[in-house]
Amino acid sequence: MTGRMSGGARRVVITGAGTINSLGHDVASTLAAMREGRCGIGPLNLRDVERLSVQIGGQVRDYDEYAHFNRQQIALYDRFTQFTLLAARQAMAQSGISFTDEESEMSGVVLGTAGGGVNTWDENYRTVYEEGKNRVHPFVVPKLMNNAAASHVSMEYNLRGPSFTVATACSSSNHAMGLAFQMIRSGMCRAMLTGGSEAMLCFGGVKAWEGLRVMSKDACRPFSANRNGMVQGEGAAVFVFEEYENARARGAEILCEVAGFGMTADAADIVMPSAQGAERAMRGAMRDAGLTPEQVGYINAHGTGTAANDKSECASVAHVFGAAADRLMISSTKSMHGHLIGGTGAVELLACIMALRDGVIAPTIGYEEPDPECALDVVPNVAREARVEAVLSNAFAFGGLNAVLALRAA
Amino acid sequence: MDVRDKVIAIIAEQAMLEPGDVTPGQSPADLGIDSLGLVESIFAIEEAFDISVPFNANAPEQGDFDISSVAAIADAVERLVQEQHASA
Repeated sequence: MTGRMSGGARRVVITGAGTINSLGHDVASTLAAMREGRCGIGPLNLRDVERLSVQIGGQVRDYDEYAHFNRQQIALYDRFTQFTLLAARQAMAQSGISFTDEESEMSGVVLGTAGGGVNTWDENYRTVYEEGKNRVHPFVVPKLMNNAAASHVSMEYNLRGPSFTVATACSSSNHAMGLAFQMIRSGMCRAMLTGGSEAMLCFGGVKAWEGLRVMSKDACRPFSANRNGMVQGEGAAVFVFEEYENARARGAEILCEVAGFGMTADAADIVMPSAQGAERAMRGAMRDAGLTPEQVGYINAHGTGTAANDKSECASVAHVFGAAADRLMISSTKSMHGHLIGGTGAVELLACIMALRDGVIAPTIGYEEPDPECALDVVPNVAREARVEAVLSNAFAFGGLNAVLALRAA
Repeated sequence: MDVRDKVIAIIAEQAMLEPGDVTPGQSPADLGIDSLGLVESIFAIEEAFDISVPFNANAPEQGDFDISSVAAIADAVERLVQEQHASA
């Protein structure tokens, strides 16, 4: 590896990862679940669940906020911020990175979330509308704002460089990580904490999704002919992205390299995906990374389990990869952790790291019937051992906003 | 307005047509109603009749609610109104 590409661009590597989601409260337990093809989706445990027509989700279980945060912190930290901070702590601990005063000014936090503090909105709307109270807690606004998590991470680690939150629905995390990658590659930043979080599993958060009639009431079965919709999840994943030479100089363990990023807009429909928009994003990520289709061994699919997405995504992959699609593996880990909406790309990046570092391809579980419109190797139900050189991670959001990351083995 | 006329009025509004221009044999697609429009029409039907319509946009042809034509939708709504309001 050489540190600088032509034109002075720097190489970007991942040196730390952290997560909490329905499969586990850290990276090791999450990857173990993905390896075993374990499902984190189950009956929802939340207030007024009996009034929901969709009553399943990938909920973070056995979670006690008081085990991690004190009363003052909880007054300011919505559930999505709590998840983010826990994931960031794990990522920082693994990375072992530290910052001088000057370095901290060149390092920041870019995170994705679609809804931000949805639980805080929900609880306080109840207070004023249902309970008829005329007063809410003074910290409602700083608790619910979409950038709260990014700001608290920047404060916890004194990161004073570019920091903000990206909200592009289901592509939020991939857009965030793509921007963090570009900022390090360009030399603007030295290291970034990046990823995303979502905590939308409350009455209002699920009720809103029910309206679209795209949710499954029983399971998320991506690419299976009998799939009947998506299932929501919650949680966060945060990574330390770092300039390669810096990581090498300090002897950090490199989990993988972030090699390219592609983003496009369909400019077509507010909910229906376009295969062309997805195609252009995948091609863009590969071109940016200098990868050919033959070099990409695995794609972590957007794979929501809806009729529309899976069909359109498979068509776009088949078109981009041509003959190389025959030896390509593609799986949707949403079948296990659910769709974390704005946080989903971050948790799914863990499956990409597992593929590149450990040579284990996470399966698409719940796969029951082949669908001729999804005729790719979707790694059905059982994880597979395979060495891959490079992978893609797809995210195709409502609104037609597509974001694809390309990664290489270290 | 009976159930059938009300269903036609809802579908016509979604299609931005006059109710008189909607014929029973037409499908939602014939009327220019896309999948999102169909979801919105079903919501309007649920609100108008205070019923719950079993409909999943991932598999619109499956399930008990026939959406193949305006007449089929009206029949299905009449049946749901009877079923769901009989018990009330």
